[in-house]
Amino acid sequence: MTQWEPVIGLEIHVQLDTRTKMFCGCALSFGEPPNSRTCPVCLGLPGTLPVVNAQAVHFALMMGMALGCEIAPRSIFHRKNYFYPDQAKNYQISQYDIPICSGGRLGDVRLHRIHLEEDAAKLVHLGESGRIHGADASIVDYNRGGTPLCEIVTEPDIHSAEQARDWLNLLRVTLRQLGVSDVNMEEGSLRCDANVSVRPAGSTELGTKTELKNMNSFRYLERGVTAEIERQIALLEAGEPVVQETLHFDPASGRLSSLRSKEEAHDYRYFPEPDLVPLVPTEDMIGAARAALPELPADREARYLAEFGLAADPARLLAYEPQWGDYFERVDADGKAAANWVEQLRARIGADADPAASKVTPQALAQLIGLVGERTINAGAGRQVLDALVAEGGDPAAIVEREGLGSMGGGDELAGVVAAAIAANGDAAEKVRGGNAKAMGPIVGFVMRETKGRADGGEVGRLIREQLGV
Amino acid sequence: MSDALSLTAAAAAARVRAGDLDPAELWDGYRARAAADDHNAFTWVSDAGAATVDRDAPLGGVPVAVKDLFATQGVPSQAGSRILEGYRPPYTATAVERLTAAGAPLLAKTNQDEFAMGSSTENSAYGPTTNPWDPTRVPGGSSGGSAAAVAAGSAPWAIGTDTGGSIRQPAALCGIVGLKPTYGAVSRYGMIAFASSLDQAGPFTRDVTDAALLFGAMAGKDKCDSTSVGLPGPVELPRRTDLQGVRLGVPEELSGEGIEPGVLASFTATLDLARELGATVEPCKLPHAPHALSAYYLIAPAEASSNLARYDGVRYGFRADGARDLLHMYTETREQGFGAEVKRRIMLGTYALSSGYYDAYYGRAQKVRTLISRDFDTAWERFDFVVTPTAPSVAFALGAKTDDPLAMYLNDFCTVPMSLAGIPGISIPSGLSEGLPVGFQLAGPAFSENALLDAAHALEGAIGFDSAPWRTA
Repeated sequence: MTQWEPVIGLEIHVQLDTRTKMFCGCALSFGEPPNSRTCPVCLGLPGTLPVVNAQAVHFALMMGMALGCEIAPRSIFHRKNYFYPDQAKNYQISQYDIPICSGGRLGDVRLHRIHLEEDAAKLVHLGESGRIHGADASIVDYNRGGTPLCEIVTEPDIHSAEQARDWLNLLRVTLRQLGVSDVNMEEGSLRCDANVSVRPAGSTELGTKTELKNMNSFRYLERGVTAEIERQIALLEAGEPVVQETLHFDPASGRLSSLRSKEEAHDYRYFPEPDLVPLVPTEDMIGAARAALPELPADREARYLAEFGLAADPARLLAYEPQWGDYFERVDADGKAAANWVEQLRARIGADADPAASKVTPQALAQLIGLVGERTINAGAGRQVLDALVAEGGDPAAIVEREGLGSMGGGDELAGVVAAAIAANGDAAEKVRGGNAKAMGPIVGFVMRETKGRADGGEVGRLIREQLGV
Repeated sequence: MSDALSLTAAAAAARVRAGDLDPAELWDGYRARAAADDHNAFTWVSDAGAATVDRDAPLGGVPVAVKDLFATQGVPSQAGSRILEGYRPPYTATAVERLTAAGAPLLAKTNQDEFAMGSSTENSAYGPTTNPWDPTRVPGGSSGGSAAAVAAGSAPWAIGTDTGGSIRQPAALCGIVGLKPTYGAVSRYGMIAFASSLDQAGPFTRDVTDAALLFGAMAGKDKCDSTSVGLPGPVELPRRTDLQGVRLGVPEELSGEGIEPGVLASFTATLDLARELGATVEPCKLPHAPHALSAYYLIAPAEASSNLARYDGVRYGFRADGARDLLHMYTETREQGFGAEVKRRIMLGTYALSSGYYDAYYGRAQKVRTLISRDFDTAWERFDFVVTPTAPSVAFALGAKTDDPLAMYLNDFCTVPMSLAGIPGISIPSGLSEGLPVGFQLAGPAFSENALLDAAHALEGAIGFDSAPWRTA
């Protein structure tokens, strides 16, 4: 039976978080009344002209540098011509054969290009169909029209739905760290289409691809790509061809339906936008973009692995969520221990919370880690101290003192408690003597109850074995 | 009163500044003339009373007529098209704003070929404009309304746009001065676009001094037009009365075949005058100029096909009734809203940009455009200016070429090369042929307007043309 290899490339549209639109001075819209964030330019009124948004160019340069792209010394805008009411001019100003960024790489996926363009307006179709065909009327809200977009196109380097999802998440956290976009899939500031094909494993030729649209969450992306891979494999195994087409993912049914076949494809009649001059980044623009680059999640993850010796999961978690990574780095303690305790804090206050705004200062957490490390308190008591810190803040040592959580030493007091525990758990003691070390549990539990958790677990075990002569 | 209206704009502005003339007299006098115009030169005339103007403003309150395709806030701006019938923009074009700020209030909007596509102003949805020299003849186009208004004396001066000759050719046919500036010298913001890489605004005036004055007030970099460029220096009023040391090149490709004998005679006589003023006159070569018209009729329609896509009935202007669905609304609106010439060019341009044809048509035309620019660059090594007849003929009869688009296109034979190269050209009246004005074109390197205006001024003085037929009528 043939083994099949999926081949996946992604096309991502990112709404840039600029102050104004791509080609006019209108502020970006966040749910304002329809058509209230418009002007003669973004409405395409006769005689108006576009002017390129410098901040959008700055963001595109930052993205290009962060992702290792080649920055075009001179890129140009083109007009993409098609009639539809969501384009006020009936053409979209985009980039075509010379995009601002080419090549590059993020993680294990190569990038093909990044280019700048303008977003379309929002159409609302009134009536039962919900689509333009059969609608009672269609109305247009031009607030979104002209919002700056970066289109990022990958090479077909992805080979599973899970990899597609994980890579898109890496892109998301990278762009968020760059501060160029809200990157919110549900709200549409990050949109992803996937080109999917399959081929016999080991083949170097690409199969016929389909384009998947409308997967507006990470889960839908994974489900949509999975469904399409399965559909294509089933077709090929039945000896039927895959037809090149655009497919629409329906989240309700999890199914894909055809949007339009290639035969109806538009001729966009691209030509250089004569209302704009070529985009030539100056040394100052390049320098400003470079100066604005933060450390990126992938770099931070690598640093956490190498510098702090963290395991893969905590390294990724802290690197991908910058507020947690930043906090982690301010905890002056052994890296692994710090990562462990930061994760515990995260579990308590929630992943979306900002730890820097919590009552637990990095200094307090470091002090707590120190108390546990030097066995002044044991781990269980440490968790109680963390609970108290989350609730009221303050000084860990003072909390230990106040709550009486200090570890009992290994002295006579503890030995007495252990003796009492053995006496009270005769059956268990017999089993331990008989060589079953695991039977120690009830005895340890007794000690911990008696000492309110302050006893050191290792010391308790040693005393039990000593007293039972094993 | 009629004395004030017979003054050039510069002279009138000087009198206003000196306190010898009330600008309200100019406003009321020209408004009355424009309202009584019988050449269909205007699509709208202000009915406002004289505004208070700053007497020290550079343009001294001398009112200006503006081609219909300039967006003017609250005032009909229809670009000669039914598809923009009744359209009143919410903003004003930069060039018009600058003129208003410099003290030239908006007197009227002038008739034009629809979307500036034409050479006779017969392609207007609002009827043809006639030539003040002979009302059975066309005024040229596309800015025929502006040219006729100035020639008839119903406006002291006017502005228009030139894409392939639409200022220079009507100026020639109406016996006035028309300047097409360097591409980028005047902002295009608010000019309803025909062909974005070629469109350029400029003045229609009674003499060269007025042209310099009006051009200086409208020119300059505009942050709303990325393709606009700051001038290298201020626009000077021309003073020159001789052409000592000026080297004129006569491109043989544009001054022989296809030019009417009467036009050629006036052209040759003007060259003699230039020599008398001290100029040297030598033949020069623009080898690719004969291909300019072909390249132009690919590039301009291609850009137009995209620029005019926005007229779809969705947002403003005309919308056809009874549409069944979206596509039907588009096709009916555009079928009924556009005239025949506009539809012809949209189809030509759409074809030229189509997948599989782009390289052969649009791409090749752009290469020809580059070669034409290089021809001019080579010419500037030996010459200060290139001179040609502005148009191959004098004003022709209404209807004479409306059924023959190619004959109509040939009107721009001598003006299109400069448009493709983006260089400035000026047409001044050089005399009469068959009792009708003939235009003489001077073209210079990019941003040579000051020198160009100076040379035109010297020639104008030697020619002594009387560009005021209404005074003898």
